[in-house]
Amino acid sequence: MVYLTRKAEFSASHYYHNEVFTPEENARLFGKCNNPNGHGHNYTLEVTVKGVVDPRSGFVVDLKQLKDIMNSEVLDALDHRFLNKEVPEFLTRIPTTENIAIAIWQRLAPKLKSAQLHRVRVYETPDLFVDFYGEE
Amino acid sequence: MKVYLTRRYMFSASHRLHSDEMSVDENRVVYGKCNNPYGHGHNYNIEVTVSGPVDAETGMVCNLVDLDGFVSEEIVERFDHQNLNLLAEFSKAVPTTENLCIAIYEIVKRGFNLAHLEKIRIEETMMNSFEYCGDL
Repeated sequence: MVYLTRKAEFSASHYYHNEVFTPEENARLFGKCNNPNGHGHNYTLEVTVKGVVDPRSGFVVDLKQLKDIMNSEVLDALDHRFLNKEVPEFLTRIPTTENIAIAIWQRLAPKLKSAQLHRVRVYETPDLFVDFYGEE
Repeated sequence: MKVYLTRRYMFSASHRLHSDEMSVDENRVVYGKCNNPYGHGHNYNIEVTVSGPVDAETGMVCNLVDLDGFVSEEIVERFDHQNLNLLAEFSKAVPTTENLCIAIYEIVKRGFNLAHLEKIRIEETMMNSFEYCGDL
């Protein structure tokens, strides 16, 4: 089994807010992230796939295909977007880094054919990242 | 669905690697430059990884404000700009980065119960890093 990781970057804005909480609770729980006008990050995405090395190509996965899937399924939908308002998953779920990692996994997993998705890692900043390995 | 969240912190500290159980010559051979009696220092990068289900109402594994507050008070405030050899954790143990990993793991494990502690990873320099996941 060999693991291959491809990185990508996207920039997006978001804010944290849950309608079931009072404005005071939202402010206390989410702090500065509760500003309804949003704020943004440069996110770094790492997608790790695993598989056996194909004896003919020497590849775990065709990187071009992986890159195309990441572009069409993730970057086209998330890059330069206001996540709360423009990305369907986040109309009902708060776009925390945790939920972004899960959403990216759910977008990628059904599209990958030759290799199996192993991990989605999302850096919100260089000092904060989230890992999701699917429903273990 | 289990998600892993990692947060990075930094502190600077000095130490000297020296074991009372070894002779002067043995200490010099085993620890080399790190046995210099006056000590030396590092900028330590600490990664704390916690895990858990994503709370449906907050979208979080745990509130970063709580994790940052704990680590800042119990780790960074206590270790930053200190001589590790003089701290209670190292009254008997040599302050190698291995033992520093274990000491920090024990502090977080004992005091932070808002998410499951998975791992402590420490970069002593850009070239050296150490990880401790508890006694597996």
